[in-house]
Amino acid sequence: MSWYKPADVGFAARRLLGDIGAAARLFMRLLALAGPAFRRFGLVRDQVHFLGNYSLAIIAVSGLFVGFVLALQGYYILQRYGSAEALGMMVALSLLRELGPVVTALLFAGRAGTSLTAEIGLMRAGEQLSAMEMMAVDPVRRILAPRFWAGIIVLPLLTAIFNAVGIMGGWGVGVLMIGIDPGSFWSQMQGGVDVWQDVGNGVVKSVVFGFTVTFVALLQGYNARPTPEGVSRATTRTVVMASLAVLALDFVLTAMMFSI
Amino acid sequence: MQRSKNDVWVGLFVLLGAVALLFLALQSANLLSMSFQSRYRVTAKFDNIGGLKPKAAIKSSGVVVGRVESITFDDKVYQAVVTLALDERFLFPKDSSIKILTSGLLGEQYIGIEAGADDKNLVAGDAIGTTQSAVVLENLISQFLYSKAEEGPAKPATAGNKK
Repeated sequence: MSWYKPADVGFAARRLLGDIGAAARLFMRLLALAGPAFRRFGLVRDQVHFLGNYSLAIIAVSGLFVGFVLALQGYYILQRYGSAEALGMMVALSLLRELGPVVTALLFAGRAGTSLTAEIGLMRAGEQLSAMEMMAVDPVRRILAPRFWAGIIVLPLLTAIFNAVGIMGGWGVGVLMIGIDPGSFWSQMQGGVDVWQDVGNGVVKSVVFGFTVTFVALLQGYNARPTPEGVSRATTRTVVMASLAVLALDFVLTAMMFSI
Repeated sequence: MQRSKNDVWVGLFVLLGAVALLFLALQSANLLSMSFQSRYRVTAKFDNIGGLKPKAAIKSSGVVVGRVESITFDDKVYQAVVTLALDERFLFPKDSSIKILTSGLLGEQYIGIEAGADDKNLVAGDAIGTTQSAVVLENLISQFLYSKAEEGPAKPATAGNKK
């Protein structure tokens, strides 16, 4: 395999195109399997429980600390310009627009995406997926689709919880610790935050990230080489690719949503 | 569909997410205060709108009575045209005057509306005649400097001008 041999370059390019095509085909199948997945809702429910409830602690604690830090840092900067009352607006806007969706998606990739990849990769390594196919059970329908749709349900909810806890954290530091007037904290926030422009776009972002992270995790697990090393590589790739995809998509989405 | 103990926990999780979303919508974005009442639109022309933005508040005696809907430029008279959406509950005389004010020293700008004395009220599509533009800091400073220059030690110069 070397770059100067045309045959090798062609082989690599073909394989890359084939991978992209296979990934796109899997994505379309997962989208089309929304109906069957929700008709057997027990499977989706169990995955929501696994992905959502178990991620709740890390999301809530991270949100709280992010809110704390935002309030502290924001206060020091805003106070220089004599507008410390705008702290509420600053905390709320930075959480709702950027930090909430992005940090939640990154944490979700680390906390839930890896476990999805490892689980499916081990099913592949243990030939459970092949066994299901032998029994005429479609693993994409039975295993992947419920996890996919559960991830898409879970991430927006986690983002909302992250934002709400973060705003309460900012309130705790800003109002209780620093002593900003609570009335102006909330009224500045309510004056500066728009329901559709800020809250709504944050939800749209988190749904897109839900698709991205869950799909990357499932794809890596499904395509993992059936060896212990292959599963560990797939898990690493999930975190790397999901994080990069989230950050890049965030830029694109922000440019589309907030450009004037 | 069989029930399992997961149901309760998943339900709790979804409920928590919904409550968080509701909190964001109500407490931080203040959805309830957005009035869904019908509004009537009037226009006004300004020489200079300063930093006025769409959605800025329109206040009368400090009470919000509407929002700025849109701001455009009229290249016939070279003035900014501001469309105001006023709450249907509040009626103002036809000769009311409006000016662009600033909340606080460097706060955001809003429109203040002062009631006139006319018997007839503004209706949708009317144009408000009496407007006062935003205060532009540079103009203010240069005015101040000119007046200072006139009253200061420049008296001989003004005396010279009289000749």
